[in-house]
Amino acid sequence: MPTERPLSPHLQIYRWQLTMVLSIIHRATGVALAVGTILLIALLLALAAGPDAYQTVRAFCSSWLGTLMLFGWSWALCFHLCNGIRHLAWDTGWGFEIPRAYLTGWTVVAASLVMTALIWACVFAQGGAA
Amino acid sequence: MSTTDLQTPLKRARGLGSAKDGTHHFIVQRITALALVPLAIWVIWLALALVRADYAHARAIVHHPFAAIWLTAFVIATFWHAQLGLQVVIEDYVHARWLEVTAQLAVKFFCAVGALASVLAIVRIALG
Repeated sequence: MPTERPLSPHLQIYRWQLTMVLSIIHRATGVALAVGTILLIALLLALAAGPDAYQTVRAFCSSWLGTLMLFGWSWALCFHLCNGIRHLAWDTGWGFEIPRAYLTGWTVVAASLVMTALIWACVFAQGGAA
Repeated sequence: MSTTDLQTPLKRARGLGSAKDGTHHFIVQRITALALVPLAIWVIWLALALVRADYAHARAIVHHPFAAIWLTAFVIATFWHAQLGLQVVIEDYVHARWLEVTAQLAVKFFCAVGALASVLAIVRIALG
């Protein structure tokens, strides 16, 4: 759409900063999680349908591709959850000062990685993938 | 405002903006987000309980009334929140009108069918 209005600086010339990276990742993980709901639907339908269908979904989850996807989605969920809480804090008006936005940003990164590690430690402690 | 325009500024502003319905979208997105914070944490815990479970055990876990109720709440909040989020992404990046409308409809239908299918599956397990 042609416009006469000035455009804001775009990604190619904008200096990359933590806050914008987390904003982009929040969106990307949101879209990824929406796609991931297909597996949630499949799992619930299979559990309702019977042992054979459930075993098929379980087998996919245990495959290397399924495990890789579950690993990605687990981190996406942890990140979107933690950064979502950060967004809810912003909605109350808290945390907009730049040092605080960076502190909460790095906290979200660390928390999402620790949560993902804990989840998969629990999975492997129970004897293997999904 | 010109002297012939009898509309109030509020009336002229209503229905504008990318969401077409003011702050309603913003507020529902926050409400579903708030609900999903405890629900998502609980679902992670539930998923970890399902890891080692065989079919009968997995069914028994979801069959429990507490699990069935919270899982239903999680599924409804998830698909509602997903629809609201994907709507904004499409509004921001898809500029061909016909493609935007098609994408918005596809997302709405997918989320509606996904929520219905999930809820019916949970009900079947809960009552079965």
